[in-house]
Amino acid sequence: MSQMTMVQAINHALRLELGRNERVLVLGEDVGRNGGVFRATDGLMAAFGPDRVVDMPLAESAIVGAAVGLAMGGMCPVAEIQFLGFIYEAMDQMASQAARVRFRSNGRFSAPLVVRAPFGGGVRTPEVHSDSLEALFVHTPGLYVVMPSTPYDAKGLLLTAIRTPDPVLFLEPMALYRSFRQEVPEGDYEIPLGAARVVRAGTQLTLVGWGPVVPVMEEAAERSAVSCDIIDLRWLSPIDWPCVLASVEKTGRAVVVHEAVRTGGLGAEVAATIQERAFLSLEAPVMRVTGYDTPYPVPLLEDDWLPNLERIRHAIKRTMEF
Amino acid sequence: MVGTPPNVAEDHLVDWFRWMITMRTFDQRAWNLQRQGKIGTYAPFSGQEAAQIGCMSALRADDWIASSYREWAGLAYFGVPLVQPLLSSAGHPDGGCMPESLNVLPIQVVIGAQLLHGVGLAWASKLQQQGRVAMTVFGDGATSQGDFHEALNLASVMKLPAIFVCQNNRWAISLPVERQMNVRSVAQRALAYDIDGFRVDGNDVLATAQVMRSVVDRVRQEQVPVLVELVTYRLGAHTTADDPTRYRDAGEQAAGAAADPLVRYAAYLTAQGLLDAAARARMQQEAQSAVDHAVAELERRGRVDAWTVFDQVYATRPAQLEEQRHELQQRVLAHRADGAGGGAR
Ligand SMILES: Cc1ncc(C[n+]2csc(CCOP(=O)(O)OP(=O)(O)O)c2C)c(N)n1
Ligand SMILES: [Mg+2]
Repeated sequence: MSQMTMVQAINHALRLELGRNERVLVLGEDVGRNGGVFRATDGLMAAFGPDRVVDMPLAESAIVGAAVGLAMGGMCPVAEIQFLGFIYEAMDQMASQAARVRFRSNGRFSAPLVVRAPFGGGVRTPEVHSDSLEALFVHTPGLYVVMPSTPYDAKGLLLTAIRTPDPVLFLEPMALYRSFRQEVPEGDYEIPLGAARVVRAGTQLTLVGWGPVVPVMEEAAERSAVSCDIIDLRWLSPIDWPCVLASVEKTGRAVVVHEAVRTGGLGAEVAATIQERAFLSLEAPVMRVTGYDTPYPVPLLEDDWLPNLERIRHAIKRTMEF
Repeated sequence: MVGTPPNVAEDHLVDWFRWMITMRTFDQRAWNLQRQGKIGTYAPFSGQEAAQIGCMSALRADDWIASSYREWAGLAYFGVPLVQPLLSSAGHPDGGCMPESLNVLPIQVVIGAQLLHGVGLAWASKLQQQGRVAMTVFGDGATSQGDFHEALNLASVMKLPAIFVCQNNRWAISLPVERQMNVRSVAQRALAYDIDGFRVDGNDVLATAQVMRSVVDRVRQEQVPVLVELVTYRLGAHTTADDPTRYRDAGEQAAGAAADPLVRYAAYLTAQGLLDAAARARMQQEAQSAVDHAVAELERRGRVDAWTVFDQVYATRPAQLEEQRHELQQRVLAHRADGAGGGAR
């Protein structure tokens, strides 16, 4: 065990898997010599050589498309998209190719690749670097989508993702890369595919969220007189419905929090499923606290745009007073 | 740089140097502003001033420009105010709001996207017989993107007045050109699309300006696309978030510094009797005050109301956005009334 940041935990997982499985390779822009723009792949090229850790020319469609081919051809590629906002360049390869090859070939081929991508706000990036795009990929059958919010989860989830026989989009909240350290085992461990994490147990209200908003939900719960159950979904596809529904059946109230824009966001799916399957337990409508329906704002405006502590507390209050 | 270039007035020659000094001064100041926390991520262009200014020097005032984020020296020379890059890096909504009088798109951060816009702009100009050319400026890294090849192909097929200028500064963040492409030049790729391709010493402002003038004239007259590769060097880091010592050695940096276009051009102008120490000191002083002026302008723009984030999403705000705008406005105003700063997470 040692204290690690999320970036270090990700680096650890990659190092472990590169060492354990010679079919694993890491590819992306600036991942080699530079160690990644966030240093997530720091030292990996020196340790495993340029055939295993590959600096790719600047072309996202080439990175993901080639990873699909590598995966079909028997390798285990872990591709990096430098910022999630640039994944649109590779959208066809993600959604129509990687996600569908098992389906199209009726099981003859599959594309067990991982695409890692940092995303999320609060870190004053230039435009397009902060967008939360998870809903687009959850809306793409055939892909798994996962998002850690702690260093421990980051390592275990990445190891699970690399060993999953289908494509996984692994989303890394930039704001949490170095925001805190946590005890992370040196060794190998996985976190089961599809399992949410109960962050905190409470009785009066369920807070459901993922990624960068998880620490914000925790702070809101700590400062609130309302006893909150907090669920970090982690896996956005597939969603751990039994976990969510059990909590709502216990508390009778739910607030869903995400950084992505509101309309068509995953929060809508969570709210809809709760009302479909736990309607009789509900004491109040399921509320959402989300980004607004605009492109991600410029740095001068982002703090007021993000689902912050105040907005979550307000939603808790309204739900309790309903 | 030998002899006086044909058809260039002496005051142009000096003017280019004045702009190079101004923009070098600006670049260093912007770097410092970022370090002081006054602006956000900034992509310095030091070393590329000659390539940028020379490249814009042949354009007509109403021509189109679609460039990357590292093109501020060229854009400033073309008429974009010096406060613009500061607004952009400070994360101000006006960062992308270029002056009405110029046909300059907001800087592009998605590598390669602007090449296709250049194609469409050239096409629009041709359809409306405006006589404008569309210049797109991009890095060596962008030539790996599909967009680059799609743009050249389409412009060639449609015979459009598009000029594709590659600022080959040798690096795409940490990847040197020889690991981006297995060809000896970017320019030779023109052959594949049967268009003209030129490779120019971009650190020579005279050579750049001269080639660009003939290219712009030809593109405007014959309505055909051209690819130009300006060979230059990024003297500094990729951005304020980058540490170039991780991927390039001191020897290369030193060689780059030795080929600094400002040093070369100053030597040329001095030898021609067009520049002396006093003139240079005066220019330096003027540069300083132009930059000071831009920084003051940035500070003057100050606070922005968060709810304005909704104002330019659509021409007319749908009801749903109006509601959200109202909610955000009420929240921020209530917060201000409480005397607290907005947006504590
Ligand atoms: C589509 C896309 N992918 C990745 C990035 C991240 N990124 C920003 S600049 C850069 C390198 C660009 O190199 P080049 O085109 O040579 O331009 P330069 O920065 O050298 O001016 C990368 C990879 C991006 N902005 N857009
Ligand atoms: Mg470059």
